[in-house]
Amino acid sequence: MSDPVFDLTIIWAVIIAFGIIMYVLMDGFDLGQGILFPFAPSEDARDVMMNSVAPVWDGNETWLILGGAGLLAAFPLVYAVFLPALYIGVFLLLAGLIFRGVAFEFRFKARSSRYVWNWSFAIGSTVAAFAQGAVVGAYIQGFAVADFVYIGGAFDWLTPFTVLTGLGLVAGYALLGSTWLIMKSEGDIQDWAYRITPWLLIAVLVVFAIVSVWTPFIDPFVADRWFSGISYIWLLPLLALLCAFWLMRSVHQRRDGSPFVATMGMFIFTYLGLIASKFPYVVPPDYTLWDASSAHESQLFLLLGLLFVIPIVLVYTAWTYWVFRGKVKAGVGYH
Amino acid sequence: MELDPILLSRIQFAFVVSFHAIFPVFTIGLASYIALLEGLSFKTQNPVWERLSRFWVQVFAVVFGMGVVSGIVMAFQFGTNWSVFSYTSANFLGPVLSYEVITAFFLEAAFLGVLLFGRDKVPQGIHFLSAIMVALGTFISSFWILSANSWMHTPAGVEMVNGLIYVTSWSEAIFNPSLWPRFFHMGIASFLTGAFVVCGVSAWYILRQKDTDVHKKALSMSLWLILIAVPAQIYVGHAHGINSFEHQPMKVAAMEGAWETKTNAPLVLFAIPDQENQRNRWEVSVPGLASLVLTHDIDGEVPGLKEIPREMQPPVAIVFFAFRIMVGIGLIMLFFAIAGLVLRRKDAYLRTPWFLNGLKWMSLSPFIAVLAGWFVTEVGRAPWLIYEVMTHSEGITPSLTGGMALFTLIGYIMVYAMVFAAGVYYLLRVIASGVLSENEIRKSQSHQRPKRPLSAADADWEEEHTS
Repeated sequence: MSDPVFDLTIIWAVIIAFGIIMYVLMDGFDLGQGILFPFAPSEDARDVMMNSVAPVWDGNETWLILGGAGLLAAFPLVYAVFLPALYIGVFLLLAGLIFRGVAFEFRFKARSSRYVWNWSFAIGSTVAAFAQGAVVGAYIQGFAVADFVYIGGAFDWLTPFTVLTGLGLVAGYALLGSTWLIMKSEGDIQDWAYRITPWLLIAVLVVFAIVSVWTPFIDPFVADRWFSGISYIWLLPLLALLCAFWLMRSVHQRRDGSPFVATMGMFIFTYLGLIASKFPYVVPPDYTLWDASSAHESQLFLLLGLLFVIPIVLVYTAWTYWVFRGKVKAGVGYH
Repeated sequence: MELDPILLSRIQFAFVVSFHAIFPVFTIGLASYIALLEGLSFKTQNPVWERLSRFWVQVFAVVFGMGVVSGIVMAFQFGTNWSVFSYTSANFLGPVLSYEVITAFFLEAAFLGVLLFGRDKVPQGIHFLSAIMVALGTFISSFWILSANSWMHTPAGVEMVNGLIYVTSWSEAIFNPSLWPRFFHMGIASFLTGAFVVCGVSAWYILRQKDTDVHKKALSMSLWLILIAVPAQIYVGHAHGINSFEHQPMKVAAMEGAWETKTNAPLVLFAIPDQENQRNRWEVSVPGLASLVLTHDIDGEVPGLKEIPREMQPPVAIVFFAFRIMVGIGLIMLFFAIAGLVLRRKDAYLRTPWFLNGLKWMSLSPFIAVLAGWFVTEVGRAPWLIYEVMTHSEGITPSLTGGMALFTLIGYIMVYAMVFAAGVYYLLRVIASGVLSENEIRKSQSHQRPKRPLSAADADWEEEHTS
């Protein structure tokens, strides 16, 4: 193969990492609406919740598909190990996303059968969030791989640890959802969102604490990285906690926008902390980014198209959010 | 009974991809039709074109939405069930499939929103341009998918190093030997699908005497398209067959039901292929015709399936019958294309009930023909996943058990059945609610809606409750 002039693997790692956090933050708050759906104070509140994310949810989910295709192109080993290892989980994730996706469209059109789509939205969102959390847990755990092929069982991914990370992400997405709702709603619905946010934050922090303590015991590599000496990566959990504190304060002061920004901050620093724990291993315990990457010319071939498209998608995404900015009023939907 | 993960994965893939394919094959054709309507509207300013376009954009939106939802699974199924295949061929298939996603992404980001929701917000010329770009985008998208698929039939431009595929020439790999016949065969199939659906729906309205003025126009123009496209499709289909004969002769042997290698080979019209005994039962055939069709020489040699050991032969009966279903539907289509021309005299086609009723049912025919065609080409490649490079059993995920595969197969069937039922139900309501009059169009213009495919359609889910 041709001699790479510069290392595209790192560029691709940054692109994929960026895509993942974009997906988590953006689909997170709209999955959160579904998780909170059964607990909403009224059917009007449900209308507002759904309307607040209706214009943007499908754009949010296209990042997931791009991530899947991008992984196959740039890091095929990740694609070819994660998907077989998480076989049942991937099915649950996709089925969940399909059910909640169609619920968006059909709930507003339905009258007597509306409750069916309420449950379709709630269960689909929760299952999808749980499955994504379990993926994170499975990544931390590592995979049974021999000679670049997954050799473990169907349920290796389902352990007490991954159940915990699954529940953690459900709580996390619910928190993103409730703070998004604070920003997008007013009156009774906003009051409700303010009330539930501290409880969700506590749930997230509890899982965060348990996972943080548990992880070094699961993976000695992580223990070594964090505790072998004083390190600047200690700043990351510190910043995440700082964001949690900011969130608490801004909810207390009944601010509109900052709770959501603070929650995004928690997610970003936790995510960076996870990357810091595992880098450069993408298929733990044995394979690094470079082991998992595709041929240089394949990475280059796709990069050319992507560099052209990503800015357009980002501009369009920003424009959509701008068009649909402001509060969503009860009874005045987009429909 | 031992559950075979390979068989189950193949059934699952066939199910998911067949289910998914019926949506894009329709939207590709429909997108071009909408672009044409927008162009006519732009040029003539005749309100009929805008009313038709508005109606078909609604149908397009629902079908496009269903295509997106059912397509999500496709992006992951390569990895879950065929991980060794994905890993081995990722250097080529990864970028090519990603380009398909990028095209769809870009298309949705820039132009779909304008087409579906921007009619009253942007100048008419821009709206027309968006319709063209959406139509173009659907073709570019299908180009990438068909490139990947064709490469699995006629791999080129790559080398195998330490068990992994590396691209040596992007142009040879992308423009591999079976790409163009497949692309044109599929492109015309999409036009025919769009045209027959438009014909069927228009005929249904004309029979019920609802909005006859606009649907007459739609029917007339679609019949012209069918008159050109059906013969073109027969020609391109033949060229595609010749291409397969050159590169995958055993697939063609299965299509023809040819067991022995023969010169002056007969064309089998009907038979029951008996793979067990490697022969046909109840064969009805025309002497010499297969040689003439395939080699353009009545004494040309047509190789038979016995050239290769039985376990390397594709399942002959499936390929054989699927091929006949496809060709049979093609011939019925040809009949309707010619009947449409004959009935042009004094506009008789608008008053001929058997013709209109026939068209109503023919709206289903392209979907069956397209699926049958895909079964011919995909089953005919067996046992190869990548032709003469990797078999199905080599490409399967090693950790996959029969139980896991069965679980997801049943799961996907259930999920898709529910989604499909809801979608078709809703689509029928959109069609039943009909075309807007000019007055209704003016009223609806202040309505603000989110930018998503399905919400462009505005029919209600249930009948309005009156209290």
